[in-house]
Amino acid sequence: MESVTSLSAAEHQYLTFILSGEEYGVDILTVQELRGWENTTPIPNAPSFVLGVINLRGVIVPIVDLRSRFGLDRIDYGPTTVVIIVKVEANGKERVLGIVVDAVSEVYDINKGDVQPPPDMEGSISIDFVTGLATMEEKMVILLDITKLVNEGIISSQANDSSKAEVAA
Amino acid sequence: MSIDLDQFKQIFFEESFEGLDTMESGLLSMNDGGTDLDVVNDIFRAAHSIKGGSATFGFSALASFTHIMEGLLDEMREGKREADSDVVNILLESVDEMRTLMTAYQDDEEPDVEQMQVLQKKLEKVCGMEPSAPSAAKEEGNEAGEAGEEDNRRLGWQIEFEPHDDLLTTGNDPSLLLSELRDLGDVTLTMDDSALPSFDSMNPEQCYLKWSIKLLEKDSDSVVEEDQITEIFEWVEDECDLQIKGIYPDREKSDRRAGDRREGGAQEDRRANNRRTDSRRPSDKKPTQQATNIRVDTNRIDELIDMVGELVITQSMLGQLGDEFDMSKLVRLREGLEELERNSREIQEAVMRVRMQPISFAFNRFPRMVHDLSQKLGKKVRLELTGEETEMDKTVMEKINDPLVHLVRNSMDHGLEGPEERLAGCKEEEGYVRLKAFHQGGSIVVEVSDDGRGLDREKLFNIAVNKGVIQETDVLTDEQVFMLLFAAGFSTAEKLSDISGRGVGLDVVRRNIESLGGNVSVNSVFGEGTVFTIRLPLTLAVLDGQLLQVDGATYVLPLGSIIESLQMDADAISGLAGDTMVYRLRDEYIPIVSLSNLFATDAGDNEDMAGKLLVIVEWADKHIGLRVDELLSQQQVVIKSLETNYERVTGLSGATILGDGTVSLILDVSSLMDMASKAMECVNKPKLAVANGRRVGE
Repeated sequence: MESVTSLSAAEHQYLTFILSGEEYGVDILTVQELRGWENTTPIPNAPSFVLGVINLRGVIVPIVDLRSRFGLDRIDYGPTTVVIIVKVEANGKERVLGIVVDAVSEVYDINKGDVQPPPDMEGSISIDFVTGLATMEEKMVILLDITKLVNEGIISSQANDSSKAEVAA
Repeated sequence: MSIDLDQFKQIFFEESFEGLDTMESGLLSMNDGGTDLDVVNDIFRAAHSIKGGSATFGFSALASFTHIMEGLLDEMREGKREADSDVVNILLESVDEMRTLMTAYQDDEEPDVEQMQVLQKKLEKVCGMEPSAPSAAKEEGNEAGEAGEEDNRRLGWQIEFEPHDDLLTTGNDPSLLLSELRDLGDVTLTMDDSALPSFDSMNPEQCYLKWSIKLLEKDSDSVVEEDQITEIFEWVEDECDLQIKGIYPDREKSDRRAGDRREGGAQEDRRANNRRTDSRRPSDKKPTQQATNIRVDTNRIDELIDMVGELVITQSMLGQLGDEFDMSKLVRLREGLEELERNSREIQEAVMRVRMQPISFAFNRFPRMVHDLSQKLGKKVRLELTGEETEMDKTVMEKINDPLVHLVRNSMDHGLEGPEERLAGCKEEEGYVRLKAFHQGGSIVVEVSDDGRGLDREKLFNIAVNKGVIQETDVLTDEQVFMLLFAAGFSTAEKLSDISGRGVGLDVVRRNIESLGGNVSVNSVFGEGTVFTIRLPLTLAVLDGQLLQVDGATYVLPLGSIIESLQMDADAISGLAGDTMVYRLRDEYIPIVSLSNLFATDAGDNEDMAGKLLVIVEWADKHIGLRVDELLSQQQVVIKSLETNYERVTGLSGATILGDGTVSLILDVSSLMDMASKAMECVNKPKLAVANGRRVGE
C-alpha cells in the first residue's frame, strides 16, 4: 500500500529490461503482460525487425525484435528471452504488440525530477525514442517512449526501406 | 418509477424511417399512374403510426404535420381525391419534410419548422382546408382550456383525475396513463399542484398532484367512447377519484361519475411537457451514438436455438465419454467429434445468416433517387432492379450504399443521353439504369449498367495523357483505359454539376470497395452503354479456405477463387522473355507466379518446375497460377485483421488461427495479381507486361 500512496503525480513506475547489456525502462502502464519466446508466423515483405505475428488468445499480435530495431546484433533466443506485450494508443485506437528483449530486470519508481534529459546526439541510435536517463542503484536506466517508438519507429517506418529504418528514425 | 421512454425512441425512429420508405415507394408507384387502394392504405397506415408514435414521444411538430397529411391521404383512401401528379409530388415533399423533422428529433434537436409550415400551408391548400386550424399545431401541455369549437355533436371528454396519496406506492405512473390518453385524441392537460407541500416536508412516495384533462376527438370519424377512457384507468380505479364528462356544445348533458378511484402522481409528465423548452439548440450539435439493430426472422433464431440444443447434447455425450475412456470407445469418440464439428459448422452458418439481409434494403432508395434525378436532368430513365433478394452481410451492405449511389448518379448524369440525343441515335427515348445483384462463387456481384453513350476510349486516353497519368506512348487494353476512370483526380465531365463531378470521383468509390476486400471494374461499348461491376466478399468474417504450404509456411487461399490445381507438365511450361514463365492450359497461357519470389521467403529458382503443383486462381475474370509446395486440407477459417495491431500487408487479406493455435496468413488473390504484374513490369518493361495482361485477360 505504501508504494501506492507514495506514488505522487511526478512519480512513475517503470519496467526495465536488458538489451545488449544496457538497461531500458518503459512506463509500466503500457505493459500488458510478459511472455516467453515462441515461434512466430513471418509476415512477407516486412522489415527485418518485425519477426512476424503470434496468436495471443485469439488476437493477432505482431512481434518486434528490439535489438534489430536499434541496429544491435541479433542473438539467439534463450530461456531468459522475454516478449513484453505492450498496449499503446496509435491514431486514436489501441494497438497491442510484442517486443523481444534479452531479459526483464526490475520495476522502479522513478521521480520525474530524477530524470535527466537525453544527451543531444544527432543521428545516434534512435535517440528520438528516449525520453530521458535516470540513475537507479548506481546504474543508468534509459527511459523509452514506447508509444512514440511504436507509432513512428515501427508502424510507419515500414514505408521506408527496412534496413534503413534506424537511420530514418 | 416511470418507464424510460428513451429506450423505445430508437425503435420508434427505426420503424418510422421504414414507414417513410414505405410511403415513398408507394407514392412513387402511384406516380406511374393509377391509384391502387392497397397502396394508399399502406401509405395511410404508415403515416398514421408515425403520427401516433410522434405524439407519444412529444414530437408535436411532426405529429401535427403528419396529421394534416393523413387528412389528405384519407380523402384519397375514400376515393374523394384523385392521385394526380401534383398531389403525389406534394406528398413526396412531405415525406422528405417528415424525414428532416425526424432526423432532427433523433439528434435531439428542435426541428426547423419554417420549411414545415410552408409545406403545411401547401398541404392544407390541396386539402381545401382552412389554413392552420388551431388544433393541428397545438402543443400538448399548454395551460388548459380554450373551449372547443361549437358543434352539435359531442366534442370530447372532460376528465377529472385525482390520484389518492398512495398511488405511486402501488407502482402506477400517472404519466403513462396520460400519454395513453393521447392516443385517443388531442389532449389538453391542466395540472393542479396546489397540494404540493414545500420541498422539505414532501414525501417522495406520495402523490400530491391532480389533473384535469380535456380530450378532444381528432376528427369526425374517430369517435372516442367512454369505455376506452375507463379502460385506461382500469388499473388505478381504486386508487383515484375519477370523473368523466362528455363535452357538448351546451355543456350540460352527461355528467357521469365513473366510480371512486385512486392514484398517486408524479412530476414525470411535466418532463414530457417541458421537452420542447429544454431541448438543445442545433448549435451544440452532438451526433448521438446510434445503436445499430438488425431485424431477424424468428425462424432463424429458433433454428439457432435448436442447434445450440444439439451442441449441448453432443458436449455432454463427449464429456461422459471422456470421464471413463478406454480404447474400446474410440469409435464413439470419433463419431462424437464429427457430430461436434457438424454442430459448430451449422451454428456458424446460422449465425452468419442472421447478419444476412437482402440487398433490396440498399436498392430501395433508388426508385426515388432516379425519379428525382430524371426530372432534374430532363432525361427519361427507367430503373430496373434484379436480384433484390440476393443476401449479403449487413455491414457490407451499409458500406456499399454510397458507392452504389455514386455509380447510379454517374450513369444518369454522364452515361445516359438526353431524349433528343437518344432519338437521334436511333435509341428508345427512355434510357435505362439497371441494378443487378447475384452471387458468384464466394463473392457477391453488383452490376450498375446503362444503355447510354458508353465510354469514349480515345477521349479517356487523351485526358489521361494530358493529366500525366499515362504516357502517350503507352499501349493499353480497352479495359486498362477504362480503369483510368478510377484513378484519383480523373474526371471526364466537361461541365460540373451538383449531381456528380463534385471533385469526389470514382476513385473514392474504388477505395471504399477495396477497403471491403472487393474490387470494381468497368466495361463499355462506345455508343451502347457502360457496365460497372462491383465484386464483394459475401461475408467479412468467415472464409472457406484451402491450406497450402510454400517454403515451410502455411497460407490460406480462398477456396472460391481456385479454379483448379494441377501438377505441372514440363512441356506446357514456357518462358516469356526474362523471368516470366507461363503455363499453357487448354489454349490459355497462364502466368506462373511464385509466392517465394513475391514474398521473398526464398531465393526463387524457377528451374525445375515440372512436377510441382500449380494452383490456378481467378479474380475478376483473370487467371494466374500460383506455384505451391504442397496442398493441405480445406477448412473454414475465421478472418482476423492484421491491421488491428499491425498494418495492411500487400498480398494478404488477413490472418487466421489454425487448429493448433498457430497463425496462418490469408492470401488476397486480387492484390497478388497486382504484385505479380508489377513484378513482371519491373523485369520486362513495359510492353510485355501489357501484352501479357491482355492475353490473360481475354
